[in-house]
Formats: sequence, structure tokens, C-alpha cells
Amino acid sequence: MNLNMFVQHFINALGLGSLYGLIAIGYTMVYGILRLINFAHGDIFMLGAYFVFFATIQFKLPWEFGVSLAIAGATLCGLLVDRIAYRPLRSAPRISALISAIGVSFFLENLAIVMFTGMPRAVLQPPWLMKPILVGDVRLIPLGLMVPTISFVLVSGLLWIVYRTRPGLAMRSISHDIETTRLMGVSVDRIIALTFALGSALAALAGIMWALRYPRVEPFMGIFPGFKAFIAAVFGGIGSIPGAMVGGLALGFVEIMSVAFFPNLSGYKDAFAFVLLIVILLIRPTGLMGEKMEEKI
Amino acid sequence: MLDIQNLNIWYGGIHAVKGIDVSIRRGEIVTLIGANGAGKSSTIRAIAGLVRGFKGFIGYTSDQEKQPVRLNGRRPEEMVRMGIALSPEGRRILPHLTVEENLRLGAYTRGSRAEIAYDMDYVYNLFPRLQERRSQKGGTLSGGEQQMLAVGRALMSRPELLMLDEPSLGLAPMLVSEVFNVIGEINRQGKTILLVEQNAFAALSIAHKAYVLEVGSVVLQGTGEELLHNPQVREAYLGG
Repeated sequence: MNLNMFVQHFINALGLGSLYGLIAIGYTMVYGILRLINFAHGDIFMLGAYFVFFATIQFKLPWEFGVSLAIAGATLCGLLVDRIAYRPLRSAPRISALISAIGVSFFLENLAIVMFTGMPRAVLQPPWLMKPILVGDVRLIPLGLMVPTISFVLVSGLLWIVYRTRPGLAMRSISHDIETTRLMGVSVDRIIALTFALGSALAALAGIMWALRYPRVEPFMGIFPGFKAFIAAVFGGIGSIPGAMVGGLALGFVEIMSVAFFPNLSGYKDAFAFVLLIVILLIRPTGLMGEKMEEKI
Repeated sequence: MLDIQNLNIWYGGIHAVKGIDVSIRRGEIVTLIGANGAGKSSTIRAIAGLVRGFKGFIGYTSDQEKQPVRLNGRRPEEMVRMGIALSPEGRRILPHLTVEENLRLGAYTRGSRAEIAYDMDYVYNLFPRLQERRSQKGGTLSGGEQQMLAVGRALMSRPELLMLDEPSLGLAPMLVSEVFNVIGEINRQGKTILLVEQNAFAALSIAHKAYVLEVGSVVLQGTGEELLHNPQVREAYLGG
């Protein structure tokens, strides 16, 4: 492999990894606060992709507008999922919410089949995103550079919210002690809703960029990216936002590079993620940047 | 300021608080003392909105209002906005947040940065050791420092009624008197305080009014001074 190809693979891995990272953040934030694995998260990703498809291709809205609309729509869906499926179970045993999450996931996938049909649909990539730029001998497409850049900016913004603002402080507090946080005057349900909104917006954006990279949408497109992002969140240390991003990037690199260096193994591409999960669970169950897990009181 | 009438609390089948009456006037330190399980914490938690489905009346008159407002059924976050803050039993500081972040969290309901900064200085003045440790994680503090932080955090909402649940719990005797000195100081500056304590001696020494609770009922009440010299109290709670 020459340097030229390696750079291509590198950028590719960076793109895939940051998409995993963006989805993983939603898992990790919700888990950090509610100790709930939001299985419906991958389906919010799918909805984001569909919404942008309908807005821009069916209704011919301009891209900027279609993307904003899709993010808003998917965020609303994320909020509804919390309100309808999780909030009534807040004081129920954790397993109930988990089962509810699985149910919501099936529901959304099948709703998508009913509403959008199960047929995959092609997403038209805007030409300006695909026109290659030559840097030396390396051919780069703008989309490939845009995905990691946007992700980086968004994650920085999110970290700012979580570590520098009042609602962020409340989020970090809820993750340790809900009752005490309420005693400080925090409306816990509102902060949890905010968490779902932020996670869903990021997932929707990841879904949009995913639909542009692999130019199609289908009702089950959220399942595998969702699984892998969840693995990324566990790998990075569930509950940790930087961990989710690092885990996502690690997974992106393992997946792209393994196929790049061992093309024979490309059929096992998806298996690498799960091998990585098993290894990290054996060696360091709390993940790379995870705190020691304490049972919630 | 606070008026509790015929408060009854059940946990499952257990009748934990059996019709107690408590009243607090502005500017007082009122204490509820008694053994473990006497219903002290349940009472204070009911006022804070943490107990659902109790019976009886809890009325609260804030500075602005003339008529008492019924507190029953309100959520804890509303109570804070109404001017009632609770420093919970076991301190419950957030171990992964810094001292300063813990204090900021206490000021969550407030808008003015200038006022928050002012009150933070006030808390640091009361507890200079917190200022030294302002950027340390709460979990690294000693028990006494954590208690100071819990009291300081409750003060950050600028409450009219400050409720303290077992501030002496797990503290060495010297620290107990240090913390109680500050509680007295806070009161002398005009804050009304409801104090729940097992350490009867420390509590009675600073209280204007005290209620002795036994298995869910008030068995004695009087001024702190009276109860400190009451033979029954001395026998049961002050070691003769």
C-alpha cells in the first residue's frame, strides 16, 4: 500500500469513526443519566436520514433547509420516545425501561416500513459534495473532509454545553444523584428531555451524513450503525462523551484499516467490532475513559 | 412561617409519623430531636417535597406573602423556588463535581451572576476551608468539609427556610461544634433554620424551640434551654 492510498483510507476511517462517535454520544449520555440503553437511538438515526431524503428529494427543498428540518423532526421523535416510552417508567425497575426501549425500536422500524415501504431508496448526492479535490496525488472528496470536521465542531459544542453551562451541570449532577439534584431546584425531567434532544439531534445529523456517504436510506439502516456505536460507547467508557468519540474513531479505524490491509477479511468487517467489544469487556470492563461503575442508590 | 398540622406519613404499612404539629416562626432555629426512626427525617423530607402521599397540612408563608401557601403535593424543585432548601442526611454532595460546581448547583434556580458570586463569597467566608478547596472534587473532601459544603450548597439558593438533616452525622466532636457554631452564626444573620438531629445536646444548645419525637409522635416540646435541663430528656438523650 502506498502513502497515497493510506491517506485515503485514513480520511475514510476518520469519517466513519466520527459518525460512530456522533451516534455513540447519544447512547452514552442517556446511559450516563438514566442507566438505560436507548435501543431506539439507531432508529432516530434512520429517521433523520429519511427526513432529509423526503425534504430534499421528494419535496425539493434546498439542502440547508432540508437538513435543519430533518434534525428538528428527528429531535422531536427522540423527545416523544422519552416522553411516551421511558418517562412513565422512571421509577420502575430498570429492566422495564430496557424492554420498553426494545419495543420502541421495533415499533419505529416497522412504522418506517409501513410509511416509507421497505424498499431502499437512493439518495442523490449534491455534486458539490462529491467533486474531488486533488491535494498532491491524493484525491479527496469534500464530503469525506466535511464529515469529520462537522463532527469535531459538534462534539466541541456539546462538551461546552455539558461542562460550561447550567443545564450541563445539572446533567452531570443527575447522573450521580437524582434526588439531591431535585433538591437543588432542578426539574429533572426537563434536563432528561434536553439530553434526549441533544443525543437525537446528533444521531439525526449522523444519519444524514451516513445517507450521503452510502447514498441510500432503508428502514433497517439504523440497526448496525446503532450496534456499532453502542460498542463504541462501551469501548470508550459508557457515560463519557470524549470516550464515545474516541471509541467511535477506534472502531472506524479498526473496520477500515482491517479491510484495507487484509482485503481477504472484508467479509468479516462487521465481526471486528464485536471482537473489539469482547476484548475490552475482558480487559477493561469500564472502557477506556469510563469511571468506575457504582451501583446507583 | 411554617405551620405543620396533624402530619401523618406511611411507608408501605408502617405508620412512620403519627399526627405531629410543628410551627416555626421567622428567625428561629427549631430542632426536631429523637432516636433513629422517630420520624424526624420523614417530616423534613415531607416539607421538602420528597415524600408522596402524606396526610395533614403543611403551610408556608414566604416573605412576600401574607397568606400561608399549602405545600402538600408540590415537587422538590418548586420548594426551592419558594425559598425552602434542604441539606439532606448523609450530606449527598456530588463527589465528581468540584466544590465550586457543587455550590453553583445549589444556586441553580437563580439568575443573577452577580448575586451568585456574592453568595459564594458569603459561603467561603463562613467556611474558609471550602475556598481553599474550591477546585477540588467534592469526593476528595473530609467528612467535615463535605458537611460544610452541603450546608453551603443549601445556602446558595438563598433560602428563607434552611433545613438541615443530621448535620452532625459521622463527624468528630470538635467538628460538630465547629459546624454548629456556623449554624448559629447563620441564624444570627437572620436565617430561619429547621434542624433535625440525633445529637440532642448540640441541637438543643443552639435551638430556640425543640420538639422531641418518639416513634412518630411529639412527646415533649419547649425551648432549647428548657429541654436541655429537662430530666426526661437528660435521661433519654443526654446520657443522664
